[in-house]
Amino acid sequence: MSKQYQFKLVLLGESAVGKSSLVLRFVKDQFDDYRESTIGAAFLTQTVTLEDQTSVKFEIWDTAGQERYKSLAPMYYRNANCAVVVYDITQSASLEKARTWIRELQRQADPNIVIALCGNKTDLAARRQVTQEEAKKYAEEEGLMWGETSAKTGEGVNDIFTAIAKKLPLIAPPSARGATRGAAGAPARTGVDLNKQPVAQNEPCNC
Amino acid sequence: MDEDYDVIVLGTGLTECILSGLLSVEGKKVLHMDRNDYYGGDSASLNLTQLYRKFRPDKAPPAELGRDRDYAIDLIPKFIIASGELTKILVHTEVTRYLEFKQIAGSYVYRDGRISKVPSNEMEAVRSPLMGLFEKRRAKKFFEFLQGWKDEDPATHQGLDLDRDTMKTVFEKFGLEPGTQDFIGHAMALYLDDDYITKPARPAYDRIILYTSSMARYGKSPYIYPLYGLGELPQAFARLSAIYGGTYMLDKPIDEIVTDASGKFVGVRSGGETVKAKQVIGDPSYFGAGQAAGGSGKVRVVEEGRVIRAICFLKHPIPGTDDLDSCQIIIPQNQVNRRNDIYIAMVSSTHNVCAKDVYVAIVSTIVETDIPEKEIVPGLQLLGPIYDKFVSVTPIFTPTSDGKSDNIFITRSYDATSHFETVVQDVEDVWKRIMEKDLVLKKRDLEVQE
Repeated sequence: MSKQYQFKLVLLGESAVGKSSLVLRFVKDQFDDYRESTIGAAFLTQTVTLEDQTSVKFEIWDTAGQERYKSLAPMYYRNANCAVVVYDITQSASLEKARTWIRELQRQADPNIVIALCGNKTDLAARRQVTQEEAKKYAEEEGLMWGETSAKTGEGVNDIFTAIAKKLPLIAPPSARGATRGAAGAPARTGVDLNKQPVAQNEPCNC
Repeated sequence: MDEDYDVIVLGTGLTECILSGLLSVEGKKVLHMDRNDYYGGDSASLNLTQLYRKFRPDKAPPAELGRDRDYAIDLIPKFIIASGELTKILVHTEVTRYLEFKQIAGSYVYRDGRISKVPSNEMEAVRSPLMGLFEKRRAKKFFEFLQGWKDEDPATHQGLDLDRDTMKTVFEKFGLEPGTQDFIGHAMALYLDDDYITKPARPAYDRIILYTSSMARYGKSPYIYPLYGLGELPQAFARLSAIYGGTYMLDKPIDEIVTDASGKFVGVRSGGETVKAKQVIGDPSYFGAGQAAGGSGKVRVVEEGRVIRAICFLKHPIPGTDDLDSCQIIIPQNQVNRRNDIYIAMVSSTHNVCAKDVYVAIVSTIVETDIPEKEIVPGLQLLGPIYDKFVSVTPIFTPTSDGKSDNIFITRSYDATSHFETVVQDVEDVWKRIMEKDLVLKKRDLEVQE
């Protein structure tokens, strides 16, 4: 029987580095040149099937623009199994910002979180300001995964998510394995489900 | 900030965040600001560092309390009634996908010097130690009457008219003792004082039925609670707003509410910048908090009472509660010669709000004297040894105008009730003032996520 996992993935990075575009490419294989800031879904999901038939479903949370004025809620990091921290290879300031996000994750998020540093916009390599060596060195020092992508052409996008999908099941806490319920990040939900109508009769009391 | 907005919202308390979320979904362009660097305003849940910064700025949290990040201490103690109005909004807006809830494990009431479980139906009434043998029979008949009531069937009315007869008449009809009336009116109908007794019985009936149906929903108590604390609720609605285009700015000092010559709202000034909008919504702390505010010299909110709240850290569950991980205890006012009830709300690590083996109990009541701390002593005494205690006395503000004439819409402070029903009433009220129509939560089919 093939194994199934589900993980919560959060995106981080400065505004306009292409976080949403990256997800849109990964989930829907689309790109929109004039995409404005994020409006839309609560979160998107995409499943990666590995060579050994293990399937890894990502529940992907976008910042919904709340990162712009330092207003991301702690809820955003809560129970995140992995984070993709995006910078723009044509803006060296965006790598600095990525470092800040990574420190924030190390402070706020689960200590076991898998962090991938992602240099986006390789289609604009002519204007590159961040070298591969520099980013890779930093990633190695901090124990992060690293990759470069172009949400516009699709280059490297599947590779980075697949690499995360391969790494996660190996280090995920046992509670995350085979999580069954749809919504939750890591552990299968144990609490009450408000969406479920009362099982008991509709009488005002259960007598 | 150099854009115009439909609505500026000040303060990220639950009331304001629900309104932001609903207005953004409705298509309004919302800018939401808070002077604090955290979400939640008065309804935030704080970690240890934030809690100490607020109550004891000169002291660091003791190391033995454990990791800072394990704590989410509510400033306002409230629980969610399982079948109440907030639950409906949570489900309707689907913010439930960001939240996880657990039950509160028990609901207790104080009578004659001890606490007992609140019976929620005639079966439990018969087993309850709260009443003597004959009183139990009377209480059983009373509950059977409530549960059997059908508006269209006079045979179920037993000669009573809920819309005309007072609750006093109803209690007398079943011959219930004052102490039994106390726990029914205060621990089930959740009235804070005894004013309801001389009013028509219908609202009390509705509230008792809300209690019993909420109780029946999940079983242990009528209450549910979000993991990681109540501060998760405003965050969830803020995310809803952001997803629908709302802009969020924390850590933003608000220096002035700018109005035109006729006193109408123009914008909000923060430092050297003024951002404009058609309307502003905010909590009372942004509108003078009882003082005449800004150049207008207008008193926009007035104090209508004060609440004392004592956040108590315990190293043990509350005695007499079967070591439950969470509970509510109500001390009806008559039992301790007061006009207002004393509430205790306790949660623990089961709800991811503190380290293991720590229990957080908040004792609260409406202030009646000059020495509020003395007033909560009957509640503190039920807790056993208290490891540490953080006490606040907070005014409850209410707006002086409905905002329609100046486009300044002010919400109410969080009151002393143990639940969120009045918060939802405030949301509905502000919505109606702003939108000039009722807030209608369309019934939606609940889809099961695959």
